[in-house]
Amino acid sequence: MDVVVLFFLLGVVARLLGSDLRLPEALYETLSIYLLLAIGLRGGAELAEQPIAAVAPQALAVMVLGAALPLIAFPILRRVGRMNRFDSAALAAHYGSVSVVTFAVAVAYLVERQVAYEPHFPLFVALMEAPAIVVGVLLARSGGDVRSGSINWGATLHEVLLGKSIVLLLGGLAIGWIAGHEALKPIEGLWFGLFKGVLALFLLEMGLVAASRIGEVRRYGVFLAAFGVLMPLVSATIAVGVARAMGLSTGGTMLLATLGASASYIAAPAALRIAVPEANPALSIGASLGITFPFNVTLGIPLYYRLAQWGAAAG
Amino acid sequence: MQTHAKKLLVVITEAALEKLLVRDVRTLGAHGYTVCDVRGGGEHGDREAEWEGNRSIRLEVIADEPVCARIAEHILATYCPNFALSMFVADCGVLRAHKF
Repeated sequence: MDVVVLFFLLGVVARLLGSDLRLPEALYETLSIYLLLAIGLRGGAELAEQPIAAVAPQALAVMVLGAALPLIAFPILRRVGRMNRFDSAALAAHYGSVSVVTFAVAVAYLVERQVAYEPHFPLFVALMEAPAIVVGVLLARSGGDVRSGSINWGATLHEVLLGKSIVLLLGGLAIGWIAGHEALKPIEGLWFGLFKGVLALFLLEMGLVAASRIGEVRRYGVFLAAFGVLMPLVSATIAVGVARAMGLSTGGTMLLATLGASASYIAAPAALRIAVPEANPALSIGASLGITFPFNVTLGIPLYYRLAQWGAAAG
Repeated sequence: MQTHAKKLLVVITEAALEKLLVRDVRTLGAHGYTVCDVRGGGEHGDREAEWEGNRSIRLEVIADEPVCARIAEHILATYCPNFALSMFVADCGVLRAHKF
């Protein structure tokens, strides 16, 4: 198990035992800004060395994948989970969108094992955040209910496209792309050298947050818990298929599987709270932070690596 | 010390609503507002502000009674059905009536 995951587990245990440990809100905010920018910067510098023509079709494919995943989750939530339209749509949007921190843990896993991956992957992270949220909002409003005309697209798109995660990821990508490797050298120590240590500290906080959602998970029962584990497996399997079709390396296939399997907890909750206020946020957050995030960083990521290897072996 | 009677409207709710509420109170006639970050709990569970989705704000507006009433009615109708939200009104006295 990667060392950063141990920090996560420390957070979980501390919270479950009722410790008063808590990171200052300003530090949480600072660490998350750092992680998003650092991921963007690294991806941007690598992107500068890729031919755009080769990256563009891949970029399109990951956006389609992001938009398609909620369409698979939604009927499962409606029919099997018997959830109302709003809750189903909101949950589906969370599971189609991505978790940047889960991605960072997956990258750390590959780096540890010296497995190569497409270095411009952070672009795909940024591109996969928004499509599922838009699809989720449309699903919530597609029932012909009395309020179907009331989507506040201005506020919703503002939340989605100008939320901090997309601005920082795309901003980092742009800076890295414009500057290139050479110009980034003087600031490498902060942005790349400290990355894993900061990720570890952030995961400690995420452990505290995830464990505090356990109560919500208990309240919503077995279906939600099962969905929180099974949906990532379904999404990861589909993502492996897409990655193979895109011709990604084994490392890249594992990263796309992780992105497919991960559920958003920054961009999606903020946007859906405004766009679909009828949905119960405790449900989506309970599942995405309380179940899927811990599952992915502990068991999911090694599993997705296996899946990617099997995918590669199957040709 | 001479004071002028006004109403203080306090709204404690999810941080996600901040931008919308600020826009609404301005549109409905308030001259100003104050927002601070808070923590707390209620029928929607505890909101401990550990991360983005769990933050709460306290919005305060001082205004004439009709303006506060308009704002309160709008909030009751628009946000109360779906958001964690507490609201109350109190009497207060201000020193410079034209500011509010």
